[in-house]
Amino acid sequence: MSEPATGLFSLAGPMLLAYAALAVVTPTLVRRFGRDLLTGLALLPAATTLGAILLLPSALAGHDTRTHLSWIPALSLGIDLRWDALSAAMTIVVAGIGTVVLLYSARYFPAGDDGTGRYTGALIAFAGAMLGVVLADNLILLVICWELTGILSYLLIALRYRKLAARKAAAQALLVTTTGGLAMLVGAVLLGHAAGTFVLSEVIADPPHGTAVAVAVALLIVGGLAKSAIFPFQFWLPGAMAAPTPASAYLHAATMVKAGVYLFARLAPAFAALPLWSWILVPLGGLTLIYGAAQALRQRDLKLLLAYGTVSQLGLLTLLLGAGNPDSLLAGLAMLIAHASFKAALFFVVGIIDTGAGTRDLSKLSGLGRQKPVLFMLAVLAAISMAGIPPMIGFAAKEAGYAGLLRGGGWGTAGLLMMVIGSALTVAYTARFLWGAFGTKAAVPPAGHFRSPALMLGPTALLVAIGLVLGVAPAILEPLVSSYAGVAGATEAHPLALWHGFNLPLGLSALAWAVGAGLYFAQRRRESAGTLAAPGAEPGTVYQFLVAHLERGAVRFTAATQRGSLPVSLGSILAVLIAFPGTLIVLSGVRPRNVQSIWASPAELGLCLLMAVLAVFVLRCKRAITAVLLVGGIGYLVAILFILRGAPDLALTQLLVETITLVAALLVLRRLPDTALHAGVGGNKTRLLLSAGVGALMTALALVMPGVRSQAPVSDQMAGPALEVGGGHNVVNVILVDIRAWDTFGEILVLVCAATGVASLVFLSRRTGAAPRGPQDPQIAADTGAVSPWLATNSSPRPSLLLEVVTRLLFHTIVVFSVYVLFVGHDAPGGGFAAGLIVGLALTLRYVAGGAFELGESAPWDVGKILGLGVLLAVGSAAGGIVFGGSALQSTVLEATVPVLGHLKFVTSSIFDIGVYLVVIGLVLDVLRSLGAGLDEQTMLDSVGSSTANPAKSGRR
Amino acid sequence: MDSLLQSNLVVAVTIGALFACGLYLLMSRNLIRALLGFLLVGHGTNLLLLSSGRSGSAPIVGEAGESADPIPQALILTSIVITLAVSTFLMAMAYRNYRLTRLAELTDDPEDAGLRAADADAGGGE
Repeated sequence: MSEPATGLFSLAGPMLLAYAALAVVTPTLVRRFGRDLLTGLALLPAATTLGAILLLPSALAGHDTRTHLSWIPALSLGIDLRWDALSAAMTIVVAGIGTVVLLYSARYFPAGDDGTGRYTGALIAFAGAMLGVVLADNLILLVICWELTGILSYLLIALRYRKLAARKAAAQALLVTTTGGLAMLVGAVLLGHAAGTFVLSEVIADPPHGTAVAVAVALLIVGGLAKSAIFPFQFWLPGAMAAPTPASAYLHAATMVKAGVYLFARLAPAFAALPLWSWILVPLGGLTLIYGAAQALRQRDLKLLLAYGTVSQLGLLTLLLGAGNPDSLLAGLAMLIAHASFKAALFFVVGIIDTGAGTRDLSKLSGLGRQKPVLFMLAVLAAISMAGIPPMIGFAAKEAGYAGLLRGGGWGTAGLLMMVIGSALTVAYTARFLWGAFGTKAAVPPAGHFRSPALMLGPTALLVAIGLVLGVAPAILEPLVSSYAGVAGATEAHPLALWHGFNLPLGLSALAWAVGAGLYFAQRRRESAGTLAAPGAEPGTVYQFLVAHLERGAVRFTAATQRGSLPVSLGSILAVLIAFPGTLIVLSGVRPRNVQSIWASPAELGLCLLMAVLAVFVLRCKRAITAVLLVGGIGYLVAILFILRGAPDLALTQLLVETITLVAALLVLRRLPDTALHAGVGGNKTRLLLSAGVGALMTALALVMPGVRSQAPVSDQMAGPALEVGGGHNVVNVILVDIRAWDTFGEILVLVCAATGVASLVFLSRRTGAAPRGPQDPQIAADTGAVSPWLATNSSPRPSLLLEVVTRLLFHTIVVFSVYVLFVGHDAPGGGFAAGLIVGLALTLRYVAGGAFELGESAPWDVGKILGLGVLLAVGSAAGGIVFGGSALQSTVLEATVPVLGHLKFVTSSIFDIGVYLVVIGLVLDVLRSLGAGLDEQTMLDSVGSSTANPAKSGRR
Repeated sequence: MDSLLQSNLVVAVTIGALFACGLYLLMSRNLIRALLGFLLVGHGTNLLLLSSGRSGSAPIVGEAGESADPIPQALILTSIVITLAVSTFLMAMAYRNYRLTRLAELTDDPEDAGLRAADADAGGGE
């Protein structure tokens, strides 16, 4: 075993990462250094190719070379990569063609084209994803890389995103291939589940059996068919030609569309024996082979001609792999390599003609054969490889294909027939391509002279040379393809050769040449007598029909369900709530157990009665301020109930929240008309019925819920760990900052969002900033009298001297007290929420006593920064948990005995609680700043605006 | 007493009343009524959560007696603060709506109405 060679494969994972990293920086680099940089970027795929070639002996020797990197073990998802003959062949194709495509692209794009950077980035990312596909040894990883190639293909097709046609074609390709990809994902999960492992090589080595497996393989096949544009998915590939020509050469001819074929090749050794394998792949492959070739004969656009040719060739590959016998598999891989070499070269030729002559319409090109002899020669060599004519590799591969199908039993014979027909058509469209691109047409003026850059001609020549070398000495390829096919069974010796003697395959080849030539001349004769053959209607009518109806259906559904009325939307949600959970609760037969007597707690009875009465009063209330006070009253009663039920934390928080809600509501209501609560539309029976129904449901729930508990509450076990691990006596606080800290983390983010929302709704344009600290207008500043001895600023209407004095006396005390509540919260009622609300109350006091400027003086900070700092502390505490404790948000207890202060204990989750504290302060400050100071300012501007007849700053529409 | 939790009929009926009144208000087109309804539903939800757990002494290690279940309490604490955040947001929304329309009531969403009109047009045109 060659240790250094396999050792090189451990670089495969970092190499894939290198592609991703390079793809990210490429757009910037290309914008900076221009298109010549692409030749440098080609070094990465070139190095990959070189590495693959160095590793080739290890693959041929059949070593089991794999790497594994754990990713998400719970989902059986790992970065598993495997090196064998098939992945070696595909890697060399993907990286090799990638190298020449990058070189070619350095001249294909005009200098200074703003799309070059995006293009190159996507292309490099694509190369990485495609290498991931062919190296992946994990079913799920395979699907992930597979979908990545689809998305990057979308980006490349839609490179000229200002063109509607490009966007449409890109969306079509994406929808078709990802729909297939979804089927494939289901198939992969089914297969992995049936096999008991998601490691592909283990599945292949010991394939599972059964109906589920057949379904899984069928779904995987669907994914492959969609990706490789096999009937009935063939229509997206010609549309994908909206991509730049080198991208088409790379993705839509040489590599990505081969992903489906690769999947077939990968699965064939294990699953070709399933009846459905040949039943699906041979007919569909054959149909696609003939359909694509026939369509190619009708095209005028040389690129589309090649695109249909690709569809046809993909059909042939599918057909060969579908036959499934080892010799056919061998021919399939040989054909895949051959196709990559000649099809990429032909696309390059079209790109050179297109950029030079300005058109790729064969009815407008004339005389290029004489004018560009070198290009013509290269095109001829690549084209005869496509037509299966010696001495090119296409010939040897096709011969092997005939020979393989001859040994393929019944399906082989059927396939053979279709392959001969397809090959004849291929010869015909190949001839048409050469005539169309290079022929001299009497009625068409010869194309003007143009230069072909060496960087475009060179890669083309390289590909043709490879095709020629492999064609003359196909034995070079033999170890590779035999090693792959050997997995499925024994194959013939020397399957690839330039000369096998006079045998049936040669006869079939000759037959195809003759019939193809006949077809071509017949078509030429008809065309010279009449008009040029024209392409048919745009393909994919079924797709367009389905998509159009999906869109119509979506509009109709939305129009039918979204009535745009808040009461109707809410009402329908409530109706569902009554209909489903309500019915379930009745059907389940659960009844309340162990109901307390009404008189068990007279205090609760009194509180509850009062709450219910207040709630009904709210319904009947005509004035908004009264209603808000009534609801606040209910809140205070709830707080008392919390005390009775042993929840001092809740009572504290509830009291504080209720007060702040009350203040905020009053601040807003003072800017709304007194009629704010008058309902224009009266209540109706449906509303009453629905709300009464949900009320009854909730009562039932409250009665039933305590009785259905079957397990002891988990919190029974919490007291000990709360003290030992969480380091706190107050279990509720430990739950918030430690046990369920992620939840609290999410909650403070909600607070930040709400604060931002409030500020945005009031200030509209800018969200950041502090409350105003002093009047900007010198006029107003002059109006204000002497500074109050009790406050920092002076607002013109001074509400109450008493309030000023009390504020002066209490403000700082309250803030200091809040810090105490914050830190004591871990062991006694309190904590970040309550402490933050206490500071909020102190600030409210300042605002009420002194107005907007007083608020600005008392908290002269940007509220956004307070919120941000709070979240930052929470994040820091989460990260600190990883550093010190091992997992995020895990707390560490630090204890020390300090002289004078005595024994001190600090739990790191306190830092998290400080974050909560700051966020709550930020929220209250934002509410005061927006609903208080902000509304004051707007009202003042409104009055100024109306008095000077300049309503510019009012928010009126 | 066994470990079976007791249901409290009085609190249960109060929860139902808070929900019923709250939702009735919430289904109004008037945003201030909706705000009041939201606050009432918030109170009802907190009591519902509370009644799902055992009551007792404060869940602080070292307190005498059987302690109350701390988990519903932690949930309610979260709920109280979120209710504050959402209700202030609702207030700002009510204010903004009033500034824009000078109405306290919400009208139907014009975009949805437009979608219905467009669908009817497309249907008629076919």
